[in-house]
Amino acid sequence: MANVPEDLHYSKDHEWIKVEGDVGTIGITDYAQNSLGDVVYVELPKVGDKFEAHESFGSVESVKAVSEIFTPVGGEIIEVNESLQDEAEKVNTDPYGDAWMIRIRMSHPGEVDSLLNAAEYEDFTKAEEE
Amino acid sequence: MRYIPNSPEERAEMLKTVGLNSAEELFDSIPAELRLSAPLKTPPAISEMELLAGFEEMAARNLAARRPSFLGAGAYSHYSPTVVDHLISRSEFFTAYTPYQPEISQGTLQAIFEFQTLVCQLTGMDVANASMYDGSTALAEAVLMAERVTRRKKVITSASVHPEYLEVVDTYVQHYGIDFKRVDYDAASGLISEEGLHALDDQTAALVIQSPNFFGCIEDVRALAERAHSVGALLIVAVTESISFGLLRSPGACEADIVVAEGQSFGVPASFGGPYVGLFATRDRFARQIPGRLVGEAFDKEGRRGFVLTLATREQHIRREKATSNICTNEGLIALAATVYMETMGREGLREVATQCAQKAAYTARRINELEGFSLPFNAPRFNEFVVRAPVEAKGLLSRLASEKNITGGLALSRYFKDRPNDFLVCVTETNSRKEIDALVDGLKGLTT
Repeated sequence: MANVPEDLHYSKDHEWIKVEGDVGTIGITDYAQNSLGDVVYVELPKVGDKFEAHESFGSVESVKAVSEIFTPVGGEIIEVNESLQDEAEKVNTDPYGDAWMIRIRMSHPGEVDSLLNAAEYEDFTKAEEE
Repeated sequence: MRYIPNSPEERAEMLKTVGLNSAEELFDSIPAELRLSAPLKTPPAISEMELLAGFEEMAARNLAARRPSFLGAGAYSHYSPTVVDHLISRSEFFTAYTPYQPEISQGTLQAIFEFQTLVCQLTGMDVANASMYDGSTALAEAVLMAERVTRRKKVITSASVHPEYLEVVDTYVQHYGIDFKRVDYDAASGLISEEGLHALDDQTAALVIQSPNFFGCIEDVRALAERAHSVGALLIVAVTESISFGLLRSPGACEADIVVAEGQSFGVPASFGGPYVGLFATRDRFARQIPGRLVGEAFDKEGRRGFVLTLATREQHIRREKATSNICTNEGLIALAATVYMETMGREGLREVATQCAQKAAYTARRINELEGFSLPFNAPRFNEFVVRAPVEAKGLLSRLASEKNITGGLALSRYFKDRPNDFLVCVTETNSRKEIDALVDGLKGLTT
């Protein structure tokens, strides 16, 4: 059973976001890392890059496939988790902790309201599996 | 792996399996009016004897192929040991299709791995791909890669890079929003100009140079790398005459970030339209951004060494529009020829060829420079090519040299540089004998006095 922390918001593209003020920390979910298999490479944007909600900000490469990763909210990148360059496997072992990917200054914090909460996301992944 | 076409029986069996009566039915979905119903307009078949005689007659009309030649400018006459053609003609290699599946292609993959290893050693870089179409397209791919790595849109180059390479890059970058800007070369040295380098700024993705450059002049690669790096740009070095690697300090040792080269000098005949082979090498940290195929070393479950395509997620058959390039192949057979050439020559042999080229070119340049009315307009160090200024218009002079003295004397620069009517580019290789060189010098003298 995939781990779905209560205090995060989720997208249907399997990203999570933790909101603190107008800054969101974003990564991929436990369900996503589990479906991808062993992650070997994470491609991330640069600080200062700007994205609209649902735009691709990078990619996660596993032994099986390459998947685009999408930001659930729009804004400007203020921090990137550089440690994933050398330790991509952290995406598998600690998707909600050490393997956060980007911090974004949200242009429209209201966009968070349209995301799923933990219970909704859990239902969503169950439905996807069926 | 040998390529063996299927037999009529096998074809019949395949058609039966899919429930068709003839191969024609496979094309049923194409409207009848779009399909060619008449036979192709080709002449009737002739015998092998007639065919060979016809081709020999045509080849005999190519007088330039049998004249002593001092033509370089991107395609070079070098001696190719007979073992090169012998090995590439083996049926396991000599097919129109390069198979990459590791289960059936260990020989092909190992040859490509060796090619990549040699290209790294030659260029002084960490990682090389399985090859590109030719030197010019390799340069275009390098420019696109620099944009991906730096996320900047401006690329500076010098007018002393091969004009046709620049045209190919223009074609590749025109829809990428990349500003591919040419700056002047220095009229006294022939090298990229100091004023030109002022165009480098914090929006510049890369500085593109060729060394030895189109005029044969050897650029100060290390200093240019420093200049590029000081604004956070990459240095891309293009080499058209790969034999120069045998003598000059490698671009990698001079801190270049991407090195591309034309590999034709390595055992591949100079022919109009190719096929040639592009070399492409860079630093480990950019490996994910490399275009094209990469062969890596791996071990099977019993621990045996083997070879397999690697980092394939960069490629368009997996990632389509996010791929690093629309190339999804390599110049398999020509890369193999280059590999056999390099391995046959070895480090010593390559240095010997390069030394002969440089020495013969130095002798030729000195002799021409002594002629009344002739001069060498550029004073930078050179390898095996150099520009000569004649007392008369170069195009006419070279044409008379061919018709009256039976020598191809070089390339008139007016073809690319309208302001240089009397200048021509001379190339000397190990294949040019002292006798040929002296005949060239005497010919030039005879036609201008």
